[in-house]
Amino acid sequence: MKKRVVITGMGVVAPNAHGLDNFEEALRGGRSGIRFIPELQELNFACQIGGVPQGFESTRKSYFDHEKLLSLNDNIGYASVSAVDAWTDAGFTMPDSDDDRVDWDTGVIVGSGVGGMDTIAKTVVPMVNEGKVRRMGSRIVEQVMNSGTSARIAGLLALGNQVTSNSSACSTGNEAVIEALWRIRMGLAKRVLAGGSEGASPYIWAGFDAMRVICRKFNDQPEAASRPLSATASGFVPGSGAAVLVIEDLESALERGARIYAEVLGGAVNCGGHRMGGSITAPNPEGVKRCIRAAVSDAAISPEEIDAINGHLTATFADPGEVKNWAAALERTPGNFPYINSTKSLIGHCLGAAGAIECVAVALQLSKGFLHPSVNCEDIHPDITEFKDKIPQKCMDYPELKTIAKAGFGFGDVNSCLIFKKWEE
Amino acid sequence: MDEQGIFSKMVEILRAYTKDPSILDKATMETHILNDLKVNSARLVDVIIKCEDVFGITIEDDDADKIGSIGDAVGIIKIKLG
Repeated sequence: MKKRVVITGMGVVAPNAHGLDNFEEALRGGRSGIRFIPELQELNFACQIGGVPQGFESTRKSYFDHEKLLSLNDNIGYASVSAVDAWTDAGFTMPDSDDDRVDWDTGVIVGSGVGGMDTIAKTVVPMVNEGKVRRMGSRIVEQVMNSGTSARIAGLLALGNQVTSNSSACSTGNEAVIEALWRIRMGLAKRVLAGGSEGASPYIWAGFDAMRVICRKFNDQPEAASRPLSATASGFVPGSGAAVLVIEDLESALERGARIYAEVLGGAVNCGGHRMGGSITAPNPEGVKRCIRAAVSDAAISPEEIDAINGHLTATFADPGEVKNWAAALERTPGNFPYINSTKSLIGHCLGAAGAIECVAVALQLSKGFLHPSVNCEDIHPDITEFKDKIPQKCMDYPELKTIAKAGFGFGDVNSCLIFKKWEE
Repeated sequence: MDEQGIFSKMVEILRAYTKDPSILDKATMETHILNDLKVNSARLVDVIIKCEDVFGITIEDDDADKIGSIGDAVGIIKIKLG
């Protein structure tokens, strides 16, 4: 029999809130974290808005000593604060740096989509170009290596199981949770801190701006800019931040009397192979459907048990297609379709952090029995009008809510889908 | 600059890289940068760069390799300053 796997701790640094209580309040209130960013205007970006965690400079100073702060760029800073929050939320204490004991049963899988681009852009490139390599100092590699986030977290918490950083574009955060699920099921770890993070940097967002896939029509109305499922959606709003979830073997969680937010019933990842309409930037609909079905099958539930969907839903032309893929994969009609919302409507698309932050939103909704509003879609896209009643425009109390499916689809035609269930004794 | 002046500046430089800066309040010439102050060995590179900036000198790699205690650094800096 498969080991059962649950969520026992969470930490989140999102554009609209830091910390679980604040995040829940922001979700319930439909509070947007999207702001005008003057630097993007100065740099001639078409999109001059973004989702950036507010007041993070003082947050990180309250978490880490002067020595550690020197090595924390945005990406690693968001991840580190989220990890510390998740760890203490799960009932553990922070180890002393002089304490040599290592927790060999706990690992870290926290990745990012692009990573430490701010360090590369602001330090590495100018100093190398000026012939000043000798003066760059010792802190570059640890901030730009792809595993910088997980490595830092392992050191903060003295964790000795597998420590790695995955990367699968916008699917990264979900994929980390699925990797954690598998590792625990295999009996290779008791718990894994899983999640994703992404820095806030024009150098990360520039490529997306150049592709014209990010929102350029709402610079004067930042809070209305992220419009998943809307007829007037005009591209995603870039976001940043991090979230980390403590994914734990149920036995271990029960043994130590941990509070459980939700059960991770199952998950699946795949790739559409850039065929059948898929490409490096677009999903193969067949791949998406297969991934959703595989997750449902792994969870050993039937599709009609799914009460709600937290979609990938970024506010691009792909949203209506995503809704139809869900309907086809779950064999549901508009009449019996699950509720569907987009956390990105509130925080933008946090790239490598998106899946992780949205998994935290899912776990909170399940554990507290509500669905947050999917804002800015009062004008539902004409292709999905018949699903209108299934898209909560206001926060919805939903005490009977049991099962949520969460998906992420990323550049590279990669897909991930998770099935979470409310925890009941 | 006399030895005591260089020593005081070295202590201030090391403050940013020392896990427990209060140890620096009792530092002497014999205090070992890695063993006593628990400065991460990788950060010695940053200490050297900071010294170069503060004292306006260049410390060659061979000289840097000889620095173990605060006194070792003070000695090298004193020679560089002439």
